[in-house]
Amino acid sequence: MEFTAIYYLIPALIMFCCGVYGFITRKNMIAMLISLELMLNAVDINFVVFNRFLFPEAMEGMFFTLFAIAIAAAETALAIAIIINIFRSNKSVDVRTLNEMKF
Amino acid sequence: MESVGSIILYCVVALSMIVFSVLAVTTRKILRAATYLLFTLFAAAVMYFMLDYEFLGAVQIAVYAGGIVVLFVFSILLTSRPGDNSERLTSKSKVLGFLGALSMLGVSGWALLSRCANFSSLPAMKYLTMSDLGTALMGTGENQYLLPFEAVSVLLLACIIGGVVIARKR
Repeated sequence: MEFTAIYYLIPALIMFCCGVYGFITRKNMIAMLISLELMLNAVDINFVVFNRFLFPEAMEGMFFTLFAIAIAAAETALAIAIIINIFRSNKSVDVRTLNEMKF
Repeated sequence: MESVGSIILYCVVALSMIVFSVLAVTTRKILRAATYLLFTLFAAAVMYFMLDYEFLGAVQIAVYAGGIVVLFVFSILLTSRPGDNSERLTSKSKVLGFLGALSMLGVSGWALLSRCANFSSLPAMKYLTMSDLGTALMGTGENQYLLPFEAVSVLLLACIIGGVVIARKR
């Protein structure tokens, strides 16, 4: 048994699909953010796997993942700040109640 | 040919990644979803270690498990009472979610299996030392990344200011 790239790509793909499912079905904003993190992580794994298997002498995919992790951390912190602010004014983090800015 | 230990390690990691990511999006207790997310992130970190990117695995554990999951837990405890269940899904949103996820899985899985199945096994790689990483991160030449490094630092500064402005009491 040899581990080829497909052995790493398939779990990442399933993780991404779980993220898609959660992002569509969840109503709590924090749960949607968790699904978003799953998708981001699956994409990071894909970058690293293609870097490792196709261009083992280069480091592009690894550095892209490094910067993607940093940006994901920043994005999560800001999103949680926004969610807490919404909770403070709205007393709920349910996306269905957030339609006041629509019109 | 892989050793038995690495096969067992791979099976544990892949299985826990799949199972915990499914649980993270289907459990009805939101605090449990954050915990399952933590396990999934650990599995991803172990996968980085298996692919010989030790620094990346360490960064994954430090930033995600140490930073982001703690943020999630704090915000969950601030915004919902512990023990709250999310309400049951309506069949419409369930069907929509399944449709989206399964079509994604089908298309991407078919593309992966038909194109990437004949990649070679793990090629040999030069061991990445910290000084390799440092010179790649701190130079301006070819394959060096000073500009994105500085851009990320400015982004983090903007994020700090934005977080303070958004979350402060008026």
